[in-house]
Amino acid sequence: METIERAIDRSHMQVSDEVAVQITQMNKWYGQFHVLRDINLTVNKGERIVIAGPSGSGKSTLIRCINRLEEHQSGRIVVDGTELTSDLKNIDKVRSEVGMVFQHFNLFPHLTILENCTLAPIWVRKVPKKEAEDTAMHFLHKVKIPEQAHKYPGQLSGGQQQRVAIARSLCMRPRIMLFDEPTSALDPEMIKEVLDTMIELAEEGMTMLCVTHEMGFAQAVANRVIFMDQGQIVEQNEPYAFFNNPQSERTKLFLSQILGH
Amino acid sequence: MSDTHAETVAFVRETMLPQAAPPASQTGAVRWLRENLFSTWVNGALTVLGLLAIFWLGTHLLPWFLHGVWNANSLAECREIIANRWGDEASGACWAVIRERWNQFLFGFYPSHLYWRPILALLLLFAALAPVLFGSAPRQLLILSLAYPGLAYLLLWGGSVWFPISAYLGFGAGIAAFLLLRRAGQSLLAPIVAVLAAVLWWLFLAGPVERGLQSMIPLAMEPVRSNAFGGFVLSITIGVAAIALSLPLGIVLALGRRSDMFLVKALSVGFIEFIRGVPLITLLFTASLLLNYFLPPGTNFDIILRVIIMVTLFAAAYIAEVIRGGLAALPRGQYEAADALGLDYFKSMRLIILPQALKISIPGIVSTFIGLFKDTTLVIFVGLLDPLKGITDAVRAAIEWKGIYWEPFIFVGAIFFVFNFAMSRYSMHLERRLKRDHR
Repeated sequence: METIERAIDRSHMQVSDEVAVQITQMNKWYGQFHVLRDINLTVNKGERIVIAGPSGSGKSTLIRCINRLEEHQSGRIVVDGTELTSDLKNIDKVRSEVGMVFQHFNLFPHLTILENCTLAPIWVRKVPKKEAEDTAMHFLHKVKIPEQAHKYPGQLSGGQQQRVAIARSLCMRPRIMLFDEPTSALDPEMIKEVLDTMIELAEEGMTMLCVTHEMGFAQAVANRVIFMDQGQIVEQNEPYAFFNNPQSERTKLFLSQILGH
Repeated sequence: MSDTHAETVAFVRETMLPQAAPPASQTGAVRWLRENLFSTWVNGALTVLGLLAIFWLGTHLLPWFLHGVWNANSLAECREIIANRWGDEASGACWAVIRERWNQFLFGFYPSHLYWRPILALLLLFAALAPVLFGSAPRQLLILSLAYPGLAYLLLWGGSVWFPISAYLGFGAGIAAFLLLRRAGQSLLAPIVAVLAAVLWWLFLAGPVERGLQSMIPLAMEPVRSNAFGGFVLSITIGVAAIALSLPLGIVLALGRRSDMFLVKALSVGFIEFIRGVPLITLLFTASLLLNYFLPPGTNFDIILRVIIMVTLFAAAYIAEVIRGGLAALPRGQYEAADALGLDYFKSMRLIILPQALKISIPGIVSTFIGLFKDTTLVIFVGLLDPLKGITDAVRAAIEWKGIYWEPFIFVGAIFFVFNFAMSRYSMHLERRLKRDHR
């Protein structure tokens, strides 16, 4: 378990009353397999939620439903006031407001780092090229790799690529950020640099939903930890209580296994 | 001083070793020979056998080339010269047939005082291709690339200058309709109406407009009929047109085949499988014979145009499958990342997916193009004079060249080789230029 040693600046981490994501009675099937069962989840603006659980518990699927990379079959998902239906306009609207960071970075290998970051602002937001490049450089500074701007993704290390992926999402000025196991494909040395970037983002008050196994990150940054198993939310609590006083047997078993060694 | 301290147990390196050169015996020509030609006894034996084979081929073929005769008026005269010069047993090439008939191989029965037109068309082709093929060419040349189809048509077939211009105006009508409707906010309707406007223009307005302009300002070039085309003018015309048209059509078909929309997918699959399931010659016969039954009587639909359409459809089906392979090779993450950024289908295809998929597909696409170019010789079956059989038969029909086979075939083969080898080298250049993974 990665421990976070730095002091966290909590002055901007404020949870507002405004709802960012509202999921009600949501169900999803893969063919016959009932992968998400009766999910109810309300995320307020400014919340930092960590979703944990064993593999196959549906946690990635859950956050992928929030920007409709996966389609849900029943129930409602409302993101920032827009309900996700099969209406393509709504989907594109939600996607441009919600940033996503993937386990395998998914940078575009045929474009430079700078082009990766400016592509969506230019083509989706219709931002002038110069302005988009300035924004991109601003965020590349923020993730501490401005000097790589004119290289291609294949020339960067995994940790650098993941930081570029975060910068690429931020360039769209998203209101919500989704992280799908952002550090799972990284060497231990690189996990820290990505987590640091994510912590900085949290310190600025970004609404974040993170699927991750980094329990140190959860303890330090999250305001709520959600534990999922078999497609259901089994337990959710604020991190201190979640780690020190888990209620369900399944949660206890999971925590003993990942924190035990 | 040694790096290790004998008296301590733990090992700590104090100085990092610099990079050193490999041992001398591991470099140079000797090592190359040993590694590549004589690494084992078996390999050594194979090397010797290979050299013997090359020697045998050389000693048998070389005299034939060296004894070649360039100045003669008939095959019989060629043989006489060779027999006089090298003895009765000697064999030799009779290149005189190429010297005498090269213009037929290249131009078919194109009027000889108009040879400058296909030559100019070919030169302009290179200029028009430059900005498309090479990133370093000046962008202004793109205007020539756009104008080239009309220009080439005019140069090759001649006729009224206003014909290609009024055809281009059809595109203008389409684009105008598209822009007007999009400004009016009908972005969904715009492409449909644009295509409709262009088609309506070509069907009903292009003819009268052309005739009107022609009667006002008569500008025309001497017309050349399609049946005068032959040899490489014919092959290159069909080949270039079909290559240029089949790539976009192939991309559309490949995307159609992967579409979620049932009808689009079914139509694409049906088209691809049908075209790939029948021989090209079937399609060519359809073009030359059957189409006349379906078209209203009296329509004169140019045979070369019909062949170009069929060859295009044929190649497009193969291109579509090659590109589908490229699309399938892309990781799902690329599609998801494009979606997650809010790019719509067309933008994500154009900006993210196709640039990568096409790059992967380059070798397959170029193979298909090379195959297509060679397949243009099949037009002999619909009565067009291709360079390989049509023209050589025509040449052999003359009494003085009766019985000459090798020399024309070698000549035609060599020209095909030059074009195809150039395409192959270009594809390798393109792959290197687009190499981005640095792994």
